[in-house]
Amino acid sequence: MRYALKIAIRYLTANTAQTALLVTGVAVGVFIFIFMSALIGGLAEFILSRTVGDLSHITIEAEDRDPAVLIDAPGHVLAAIERGTTRTATLADAETWLPLIEGVPGVRAVSPQITGAGFLTRGAQVAQVSVTGVVPGRESAILDLQGYIVEGSALTGSGLIVLGRDLADDLALSLGQTVRLQSSGGITALLTLSGVFETGSGAMDGARAFVSLSLARTLFAMPQGVTRIEIKLDDLNAADATAQRIRALTGLDAVPWTDGAEQLMEALNAQAQTGYVLKTFALITIVIGVASALMLSTFRRRPEIGIMRAMGAGRSFVVFVFVTQGALIGLLGGITGAALGYLALLPFPSREAFEPGTLPMDITQGSYGLAITLTVIGAILASILPARAASRVDPVTAIGQ
Amino acid sequence: MSTLLETRDLVKTYGTGEAATRVLRGLSLRLEAGEMAALLGPSGAGKSTLLTILGTLMKPTSGQYEMLGQDMIAADDRALTEFRNAHIGFVFQFHNLLPDFTALENVIFPAAVRAGRETPAARKRGRVLLERMGLAERIDFPTANLSGGQKQRVAVARALMNAPDLVLADEPTGNLDRASAMQVMDLIGEINREEGTTFLISTHDEKIAARCRRQVGVRDGIVTEEPRLA
Ligand SMILES: Nc1ncnc2c1ncn2[C@@H]1O[C@H](COP(=O)(O)OP(=O)(O)OP(=O)(O)O)[C@@H](O)[C@H]1O
Ligand SMILES: [Mg+2]
Repeated sequence: MRYALKIAIRYLTANTAQTALLVTGVAVGVFIFIFMSALIGGLAEFILSRTVGDLSHITIEAEDRDPAVLIDAPGHVLAAIERGTTRTATLADAETWLPLIEGVPGVRAVSPQITGAGFLTRGAQVAQVSVTGVVPGRESAILDLQGYIVEGSALTGSGLIVLGRDLADDLALSLGQTVRLQSSGGITALLTLSGVFETGSGAMDGARAFVSLSLARTLFAMPQGVTRIEIKLDDLNAADATAQRIRALTGLDAVPWTDGAEQLMEALNAQAQTGYVLKTFALITIVIGVASALMLSTFRRRPEIGIMRAMGAGRSFVVFVFVTQGALIGLLGGITGAALGYLALLPFPSREAFEPGTLPMDITQGSYGLAITLTVIGAILASILPARAASRVDPVTAIGQ
Repeated sequence: MSTLLETRDLVKTYGTGEAATRVLRGLSLRLEAGEMAALLGPSGAGKSTLLTILGTLMKPTSGQYEMLGQDMIAADDRALTEFRNAHIGFVFQFHNLLPDFTALENVIFPAAVRAGRETPAARKRGRVLLERMGLAERIDFPTANLSGGQKQRVAVARALMNAPDLVLADEPTGNLDRASAMQVMDLIGEINREEGTTFLISTHDEKIAARCRRQVGVRDGIVTEEPRLA
């Protein structure tokens, strides 16, 4: 109702100092909410990106791993898991499974790979290298290879090789120059350096090479099949469930990244819980603040409410006037707090440029919209009680005689 | 003359048990349309109580009350709110205006709360009423800056906004000096003559009461019609 809105606004502007104080209080709550969201979100993002960001979320591997030994308390049973020998053969026709895996909900990218070892030789320089053959165009599906490229491009293709910075430097190789790659199986190819990446990890930059899948087939004499399928998900928290689905669907041994990462998950969970608790307290503070301020206001304005009721204002009109005040305070405080939060987060380095020693605040995870929405909802809820009290004001006693 | 309202055997008891105060004790009253009546009586006689009940702001403990042929006792809060808005205007002694609004905004409140917004037509009528009350210069004044007499005249204008059938005024001049009081009474008399609006005005002031064509006395919770004016 437009007229109730006008009265609500007039009430708020009639006492600017008090309204400003109230809005500031709400804004501080919202600020804390946003700061916590950005910190917890940023921290989780940071930890995950440092640990699993570039990893495959679900991996299907052909090689038999070393039998895993489960060790319990001393004196208890040792159990060894032995894997079947048909595994490699299964992955040989894994390519027929690919469309199926791609169809699983939540799967963002699937990267079939052929991996193997080899030597790079250029003149007198020789370097050991771990080769990954990927489908051209999908180089960045799992690891963000293109993002780490410092020279050239991540695109693989026939006769092309993409190397890590350290490896390229060791071989004194620059873009466009050729290098000889000999696979562990003894097959050689003459390749042109088309891209150089730098991840910051020595193991990557000094020992990894990317080539096209078809080149890897030739190098490792695998006319069909792959050695490894890497899967990236929309939500890395869904890895367990999705891996299970893929196992059920294909019978392949899909391993989620969380296998062996329980402690990390627990830590992240605990951290998120702490964040929720703090944010909830921020919201509760907002609700209590708005409720008590409006309660005072309804009390102070009792005679006016009485007059309005006598003049023909219905109960719902009075409710509307006070709930609207609550909503406006919530909206103003929410927007102010969100703006302040955003400004306060601006000086923090972005996720990419993060430097150790500072807080890994993520300005994109401030949940501004959520903060404003929850604040408005909270403020409306907070105003319901005072508004009902206002609507029940007895005109006779309020106007007084 | 047609009957505007009629009450029969109104009883109002405040409180319960030992603290119960019986204020109205079977009060019957009839007001004809177009009357201008003064409500007289000693302090505590129940004048404000009666006006509050007639204004549908409070229900009597028992008794009947009909206005414009409608039963005011049986009606619910929502119906009474609408009825008040359309048919009854109020002028109180204290706490009359909304302090954060201008004179004009106060005057058009009854129309705006009904329409859901301040219509141009309402603004126009509000101006006319304020001009009529001699407040042409004060139309957009915040009411906090008005004098007591000016405030009461704004309140009279507001009471007339929706062209009500009845205006109930509880000691409207109680806080005013003689000159302002007479000015307000002159205006009320004028409206009564020209528009036929019914007024019921409670007062302790014999001079004010003398301005009305009828005097209703209340004593011991019942009406003692036409008291002798001292
Ligand atoms: N809410 C209430 N609770 C209890 N008693 C009340 C209440 N309101 C009024 N009374 C009592 O009812 C009686 C009548 O009060 P009322 O205000 O109607 O008198 P009045 O004629 O208007 O008096 P005055 O001329 O002083 O304004 C008084 O004795 C008063 O104390
Ligand atoms: Mg009184």
